Amino acid sequence: MNLLHFVTDFFGRSGQWHGYDGIPQRLAEHLEYSLLALLLAAAVALPVGLVTGHTGRGGNALAMLATAGRALPSFGLLVLLFTVMGLGLAPVMIPLVVLAVPPILVTTYEAVRSVDRAPVDAARGMGMGPARVLFQVELPVALPLILSGLRSAAVQIVSTATIAAYVSFGGLGRYIIDGLYQRDYTKVVGGAVLVAALALATLGLFRLAARFAVSPGVRRS
Amino acid sequence: MTDSRIQGRRLRATAVLATATATAALLAGCGSSGGGDNPLGPGKAASGQIVVGSNNFAESILLADIYGEALKAKGLKVSYRPNIGSRETTYGFVKNGTLTVLPEYNGALLAYLDAKAAPTSADATDSAAAAKLAPGLELLRHAAAEDKDALVLNAKTAAKLGLTGDSSIGDLAKAAPGLVIGGSPEFQTRQQGLKGLESVYGLHFKSFKALDAGGQLSEAALKNDDVQAADLFTTDPTIAKEKFVTLKDPKNLFGFQNVVPLVRSADLPKEGAAALDAVSAKLDTATLLSLDTKVQTEKKDPMDVATEWLKSVGLS
Amino acid sequence: MDEFFRMPSDLQHSYLGLVGWHLEEALVPVLAGLLLSLPLAQLCVRFPRLYPPVLWTTTVLYAVPSLAFFVLLIDWTGQSEVTVMIPLALYSLVVLVPAIVDGVRSVPEETHAAATAMGFGPLRRYLQVELPIAVPAVFAGLRVATVSSISLVSVGALIGNQGALGNLLADAMSYHRPELAVTSVATTALLAVAADALLVLCRRLLTPWSPDRRRRTAAPRPAAVPAAPAVEEAR
Repeated sequence: MNLLHFVTDFFGRSGQWHGYDGIPQRLAEHLEYSLLALLLAAAVALPVGLVTGHTGRGGNALAMLATAGRALPSFGLLVLLFTVMGLGLAPVMIPLVVLAVPPILVTTYEAVRSVDRAPVDAARGMGMGPARVLFQVELPVALPLILSGLRSAAVQIVSTATIAAYVSFGGLGRYIIDGLYQRDYTKVVGGAVLVAALALATLGLFRLAARFAVSPGVRRS
Repeated sequence: MTDSRIQGRRLRATAVLATATATAALLAGCGSSGGGDNPLGPGKAASGQIVVGSNNFAESILLADIYGEALKAKGLKVSYRPNIGSRETTYGFVKNGTLTVLPEYNGALLAYLDAKAAPTSADATDSAAAAKLAPGLELLRHAAAEDKDALVLNAKTAAKLGLTGDSSIGDLAKAAPGLVIGGSPEFQTRQQGLKGLESVYGLHFKSFKALDAGGQLSEAALKNDDVQAADLFTTDPTIAKEKFVTLKDPKNLFGFQNVVPLVRSADLPKEGAAALDAVSAKLDTATLLSLDTKVQTEKKDPMDVATEWLKSVGLS
Repeated sequence: MDEFFRMPSDLQHSYLGLVGWHLEEALVPVLAGLLLSLPLAQLCVRFPRLYPPVLWTTTVLYAVPSLAFFVLLIDWTGQSEVTVMIPLALYSLVVLVPAIVDGVRSVPEETHAAATAMGFGPLRRYLQVELPIAVPAVFAGLRVATVSSISLVSVGALIGNQGALGNLLADAMSYHRPELAVTSVATTALLAVAADALLVLCRRLLTPWSPDRRRRTAAPRPAAVPAAPAVEEAR
């Protein structure tokens, strides 16, 4: 089996570039699910991670929560929520958010907690309140690690969002599920290549973001 | 730290590693000893073993159980591979000898083998399909029981368009560009699917939403109005329950869909074929519908439903 | 309660049978992944130039969604449990290789030198010095790989009932029995938590010198929190 042949076949098919089953549409859907899930997960995990990291308390509870979150199987949760809640975006979003919260939460907590005490004490000595210490000292120093947590979450979301297709949603998973049932390998390979490329692009994007967003004083390498 | 302490730790570490490895090996052993009679395992069946497979929807599993148990009643060795996938996959499995018996529907199989055929009777469907079968495969006698694909509208859409159970699929042509149709992923590329609806009835839908083979997803999507039209099976108990409207198929796109066992003749003894024919002779559409209801609505196990029915008709 | 444990006949397994099968399908790949990543990581430590390409390869493999991987393997390995296990083993590499490399690299230079001075050859030094010191890092990786493997097995249900406990999910939909999905998700999650706890226990037994029970309050970074998984480590 020549994978490359399937890839060229997939991208060369007529009708592949427009319409409701075209690549632009499926890619847009996939990005939409992924971004929404990442935003929701960040909205939950970042504040909790920042505050617990700042106070240094609740580490064990967080670790337990993170383990529980990782233990829940995404695909199973999706089917369970579908059978209970019926068709809708919620059964797709909840498993993705559950998947993404643990890496963001744990790295944020760790990042803020492991900030060097000396500058924090200095900031306190200068009369900064807890909020200013958190946002002006701890956050900039912790940013590279926090971004790596977000990156790891984003990559996992992108590759897991394919399961949305199992409960009739779109996204790039559509090609993989349809290809499986239509016994059309070209579709499966094309879908897999697109998802993998999107995941790697996400990875690259976060590297780039880390380069620009991190304060030069913190950057070392 | 002394030598003996290092020694002690090393011993301890070795013991833990050994235990962990043994546990893993044991678990693996448990799994595969359970998997020894696991028919889903790799490779072909042992010789003399009849493997009955099924597609990935409830009625196909039920039919596999019925045919399989009838073979067992004749003292034949049977194993099952249920819930495999769509015809696109399962037909290949019969062809390569992974499966011996697969419950099929004559018209759907024919459409898969020859998209252009348009037979006018159930028997003609059988012979047209038989002519196109891969070497070594055979269709046994079909049952009276039929389960067709059907184009179904939800109550709201039917009312809005003024369509009833007397309307035909063709009556939908004008409204179709405003509607979303749902069906199994394979429906999208099948002749007895989106392609046929376009070429035979001139239906061009706004878009296609991939659901499942007449299962819970299709029912939920149609009920929710996520899709306005869907491909369901005529034996589906929810059609009546949800007041869905089935459109007539005067051009016979969905053809004749009698239940029929597709078999590999070389692997099925004569008395086996006779047993399967005896089952088909007793199976009509009303019976199939009532058995489906027992599985899908009353939530009985398909195997129990199968054996109970075989007993009631004297085939067990 | 009965409804939750009445297994549909088409699964051809008892509840416990599914649990055993699930563990086999999830743990054998992690074990295989570990056996594969030990030499691979050692090569990367020995020849640092190899490390980036190895990391990139595992990262790219990890980016391929599991379902696509399963479907593509069907041609070679059929609709069988091997088809499910190969991708899971490959996925585990993306966590295990960096974990082992970091662990072995964390061995202090003095320790290294001391071992050499005591007359340890490279193999003995690896087995008796470097590997034991790397144990906490390796176990952190093993925990992430095991938990994710247990969760991913379920997707195998889509390639013809190869997902062990995941097969209950497909049946929950075809028979309109949502309670089967509850059984599947709850059991899978419990297995993952139990496997994780067992690994923590194993690590504690293997590294009796690690003080993590005592330093809980004072420690700057508790080792109990595993590193964020996977791709995060690839840089």
